[in-house]
Parts: sequence; structure tokens; C-alpha cells
Amino acid sequence: MSTGKHAKAPTSSGTGTRLTGAEIMWATLEGEGVDVVFGYPGGAILPAYDALRKFPIRHVLVRHEQGAAHAADGYARASGKVGVAIATSGPGATNLVTGIATAMLDSVPMVCITGQVSSKVLGTDAFQEVDITGITLPVTKHNYVVTRAEDVAPMIREAFLVARSGRPGPVLVDITKDAQQGSAEFDFAAAAPRPHRPHPMLKTESASILQAAELIRNAKKPVILAGHGIIQSNAYAEVLTLAERMRIPVASTLLGLGAFPASHPLSLGMMGMHGEAWVNHAIQQSDLLIACGMRFDDRVTGSLATYAPNARKIHIEVDPAEINKNVKVDVALIGDLKEALEALLPHLAPKPAKHESAWLKEIDASKGEVAVRDIRNLPDSGHLYAAHVIHDLWRATDGKAIVVTDVGQHQMWEAQYYKHDTPRTLITSGGLGTMGFALPAAIGAKIACPEKEVWVVAGDGGFQMTAAELSTAAQEELDLNIAVVNNGYLGMVRQWQEFFYEKNYESSPLRSPDFVKLAEAHGIRGLAVRKRSEVLPAVKEAREHKGPFVINFLVEKEDSVYPMIPAGSALHEMIRRPNQNPLVETAEDK
Amino acid sequence: MLHTFVALVEDKPGVLTRVASLFRRLNINIVSLTVGHSERTGVSRMTIVCEASPTAGHRIAASLYKLENVLQVDDIGQLSHVARELALIKVAATPQTRSQVFELAEVFRARIVDLAPESLMIEITGVESKIEGLIQVLNEAGDRILEISRTGRMVMRRGQHTSKVLDAMRVPGVETVAEFKSEEESSASSDLLMAEETGL
Repeated sequence: MSTGKHAKAPTSSGTGTRLTGAEIMWATLEGEGVDVVFGYPGGAILPAYDALRKFPIRHVLVRHEQGAAHAADGYARASGKVGVAIATSGPGATNLVTGIATAMLDSVPMVCITGQVSSKVLGTDAFQEVDITGITLPVTKHNYVVTRAEDVAPMIREAFLVARSGRPGPVLVDITKDAQQGSAEFDFAAAAPRPHRPHPMLKTESASILQAAELIRNAKKPVILAGHGIIQSNAYAEVLTLAERMRIPVASTLLGLGAFPASHPLSLGMMGMHGEAWVNHAIQQSDLLIACGMRFDDRVTGSLATYAPNARKIHIEVDPAEINKNVKVDVALIGDLKEALEALLPHLAPKPAKHESAWLKEIDASKGEVAVRDIRNLPDSGHLYAAHVIHDLWRATDGKAIVVTDVGQHQMWEAQYYKHDTPRTLITSGGLGTMGFALPAAIGAKIACPEKEVWVVAGDGGFQMTAAELSTAAQEELDLNIAVVNNGYLGMVRQWQEFFYEKNYESSPLRSPDFVKLAEAHGIRGLAVRKRSEVLPAVKEAREHKGPFVINFLVEKEDSVYPMIPAGSALHEMIRRPNQNPLVETAEDK
Repeated sequence: MLHTFVALVEDKPGVLTRVASLFRRLNINIVSLTVGHSERTGVSRMTIVCEASPTAGHRIAASLYKLENVLQVDDIGQLSHVARELALIKVAATPQTRSQVFELAEVFRARIVDLAPESLMIEITGVESKIEGLIQVLNEAGDRILEISRTGRMVMRRGQHTSKVLDAMRVPGVETVAEFKSEEESSASSDLLMAEETGL
């Protein structure tokens, strides 16, 4: 790789060819390994669209720019590569913002390219001009304004480097129309950015490693907190080794689901606001938390004053700004998770195979009682519960589908009842909680992994926010299955109103169009399901069908997600599932 | 408590906004912020003073480093350093009352840099408390202060001889002051300095 410093000097490039800025943009994307982009054309980005036909890059036309950003996000989460979204200036650019913020909060590598008015009229309120770099400053890792054709390649290359290095995130490159129309020498290699500066506060020195190892060896009640960082850092094997070698149970954050196999005996499941009681109890009782690539979000900790009061804490994290942000830790290993664990593991001798852990037994004992309350264990009373839908979906797909969820009750039910054994199979908006995420993100995920089965699980509220993307799925002929968990309410809002606002269901009941007819209007097959016995046949039909398929699951209207820790309460102060019926195993559950 | 950070940043449009925006997001009030050239072309030096909890220093420094344009951050804290601020103070004074202001300025080792029939301007350099002391005695002496312009604090750590900028930029082979100087002397900026000194 040649040094980036001379990228702008035309004389340094003997092999360069003269291209327009628009052509340079595509050529640079191609050089960065991009073969698909999600976008929507418009005036200020038209020179780029005009040049697209010369390059082997697939363009997916979305129906709203927010969809482009979510699709690029879903593509990135499913594949681990950098997703690319393209929009025009002004409203096109502002429509990306929600999608960019979603990627920022969940540390997803993404590059957004926006057209901008000509550099000569910048700042004059020209038609469709908006200060998009100003607007996106707090929700991007970094952003660039490009006003000259010769800057296009170095800026885009730097954007890719920034997006995927350290803690990943979205980067926006705003390219003026004259920069697209102008021409410059193009030399991909010469445009390489200078090596990325690692965050200077990274710190995984041997003293801390030894200290962490010491804490782990001496812990009686350790718990691993598995976060999104395991997936970002590709550290599954190391986390698995740590857990198995030291017999440590693993609790996952929402975005950490799939990073540790759910079917593993040491897997506890999801922690936090809607985590099962035993998971949160284990954390509260623990004497050592080993936080791996997670950030102690408020949905995970509940009240900080009462969080894991007896536990020492080891935090392994790539972003130094996360250390001691919410929870004060005893040992911090600041750096890439995989590398930190690789350094840590040699200091940990395996526990004897016959080692009987009182701690694991204690956790196991607390699980039994929960099964009684589990809705799956109730007899078929003619009602269709969302939990049934997700549980059956999990069984029918053998737990192997990529599930892309929206935000709300169905999202939590998915997290509870769909057991993810492999990483990058649950794609969901965790940090920002963006309704409308699922369908466009699933389009990106399906395009990233065409050979995988992809399911959208969305509520009736969120689905309607971006339902226009059905048209995109139809146009691209994507084999995408869409499950709408339809309860006629903005369900999570209704649940909060039930619990905390005296059942004042203000503005949460929701009338929806007939989703089956809506699907049919898009040339998509649709099916409505009202009974539990119809779930599996419908799922089967959708799986066998080629092309998009919508199932409208009309579920129990006023069902709630349990357990629930009210916001700001202690982790052990949860609202439990109502113990409504005696335990009866239905034939289906055997 | 007051925190003081020295940040070396790329001299590019928008960098000040990024730094300021970070403090806004953290809901931390900036007490003073001074920006100027550093020892290296293309690199600016910022001194940022802010009011934040005693434990906030680590997170602010770590967040500053996350900005792509920030090359180096130094949390001055209790480290040994020199801090200075410059202030221009315009005081209402007639030919009859001037001498009293002159005396006060003398005590504070301040200079009179402008004299007009109804006012005079004082230039004072020092730590904040010294400047505040002069303002206080002027007020107590009944001199009417018309205008104050203060630069805010700028600091430099004592006794470190390497160029922080070159360190931060990780320029290989240029590490000592001597080498740095010889490089600077041959550049255009030293020609400018000479031109200024000879009055050209």
C-alpha cells in the first residue's frame, strides 16, 4: 500500500486515469469491495447515478431514504461488511438521519453518500440545500464535505477506514455536484488513507490481564455479560472457551444474542428490562461480572445504585469512553475483545471436568418456577399469543433463520422465544429503538445473505412506518418472509400505560389496513392467521413460497411482555408473569 | 471542579464545532476556550477549561480522542504547568484621574496600551486570580470599567522538551526540539518572523 500523503498530488500517480468525480466515486466504492448500494436519486446526486451503469455495482431503489440507511445497516449487520446508502441533497439527506442515528447507537459500520449543491452556491439556501454535515455531526463517527473531484477517492477511502476501525459506526460523505462533474486523476492505491490512529487510551497491559485472571480464578459466582462487541470483534470462540474452561454462565444483552449459543448449557439468555428472572437474579447475586463488549446500558442495569452490589467488575471494551461511564469497574481491559481474551486465556487453568459448581446449581434451581408462568406451557385456549408465534417460528426454522425485528413488544418476545445459536442471526435496533427498522433492514440482510432464510418480525405500528418498502422487496424479487404481530395497539406503549399510567390508553389503539390486501396490492402473497393451530402451516407456506410473503398474525390484543423491570428500578424488582393457569404441557410442546 | 484540557487538533474547517458539540452533548459548560496555531503548520492548539464532576476527566479526554480530527489530548489536572491569561481592560479616566489608575496598573505589572481623553486601556497578563484582582481593585477604587476582553486560560506543562505535535502526528525521526527547530528555521514562517522584526 502506498502512503496516503501524496494522494492529492497528480504527479505521484503514474497509473492514474482521468475520470469524473462521479466515476471516481463508484470506482472507489468498487475498490473498497462494494457490490451493492441502497439509494434514491435526486438532482444533486444525478451525475453519480448517470455514471453508475459503467460499474458492476447493484443499486437497490428504496421507497424512502430512511429505508436506504436501514437497508445498508441490515446489510452490514448480516454480513459484517460496510453498508452503503446513497441519497440526494436536502430532503434526501435529512431522511437518512434516523437510519444514521440507528447505526451510530448500535455501532454499525456504514458509509452514507449524499449529493450536495454546487460548491459555488454552498451556504446560499440554494434549492434542496441543507447543512447535512452539521445535522449529522452528533450521529456520525465522522463526516466529510467534498468539493473537488480529486478529493473524492481519498475521502471515501478514509470514510471506509473510519467506519470499520475501532468501535465501528456510520460515516457520511457529502459530495457537491461540481465535485461529481469535475474530473481528476484516479489512482485507487494512491488514495489510501494514512493508517488509522488507534485510540491512544487503549490499555491491555499485562498487569491488568493478570489482575483480571486473578479475579476470575477466585470468583465463586461469576457471570459473563455478552454484548454486541463479541460479534463486532469476531470473538465467539474466545468467549466460548472462557465460559467452558472456567464454567461461567453467560448472560446476553439484546444485541449480544447469538454471540453465545442459546442452546449451550451455560447460556442464561437475555438480561435486563425484559430478561428472565433467573438471569437478572444471577447478575444481582454475582461476585464477578465479566463484561465483554457491552456498555452497561440503562435497559440492562436498571437502577445503578443497586446494580450487582456484591460483584467485582471486569470490563473488556474497545471504546475507552465507555469505561466507568455508567458502572464503576475494578479492572478495565481497553482494546479489541478478541485480542484481550487471547491474552487473558493462557492465564486461566481449566476447572476440573468433574467440578460441580454450586453457583450453576443455584441458578438452575431458580429456573424451575419460571416454567410454570411461561405462556408456551399453557393449553391452547383458542387465543393466539405472540409468544406462540415466535416459538413456532423458531421451531419451524430450526432456529437457523436471520430474524430482523422492529421495536416494541414483538421485539422482546422475539428475544425471549427465538433461540439464536449463531451470530448475526438477530438484527434489531437496540440503542436507538427505531420503529420502522425491520422491513428495510431485512431487505439489506437478505441481499447480504441471499442463501439464508430471512424473517421480518414487526408489530402493526412499526410495520406501517416503513411499509412502503414492500414495494422494494417486490421489485427486487426478494425471498423475504414477513410476520406482522398485529395486536391493534402500539403494544409497548399500551403496556406502559397499563402498568404506569392507570390504563389510560391514550393514542395507542391503532387501526391498520388489511395487511393481506396491502401485500396483494404489491403483488405479494399474504395470509392472515388467527389461531395457534394455523401458525405452523402458515409459516410452512411462507417458507416454501418463492418471493416475499406477508403473514398477518392477529394476536391477543392486551398481552404484555413479562417479566418487566420498570425503568429506573433495581434489577431484581421485576413485574413477574401472572401465574394464571396450572402447568399443562400441550402436545405441540413435546 | 474545573478541568483543563489541551487538545492538538487538525487545522481544518468545522473542527471547533466538533469539539464544542462534544461538550454540548455531554451537557458540560465550557468556561473558556482558546485556539491558536501550534509549533506545526496545520495543527491548532486548544486550551479548554470546563466545569465538570471530578471523575469526568477520563471520559472527556476519551471522547475528545474519538473525534477524528483530534491528534492529542492532555488532561492537565494537577500536573505541574504554567497557566496564563491575557486581558484588555478599558477604564474611564480623565487627565485628572489617570494617575491613580497608573499606580494600580503598576502594582499589577500591567501596561497602559492606549490613552484617550476619557479613557485608557490596560493590558494585563497572568493567572486568572491576578486579572480578577486588578478588576476588583479598579472597581473598589471607583474607576468605571467600560470594557473587558479576556482570552481565557492557556496552559503549558512544565519541563517537557519534545514537540507534542510531532509526537501526536507520529512523525518518524523528528523528535527533539533541536531537530524541530532546524526544520522550522528553513521554512517560510521564520522568514516571516524576521520580516516582522526588521519592520519590513
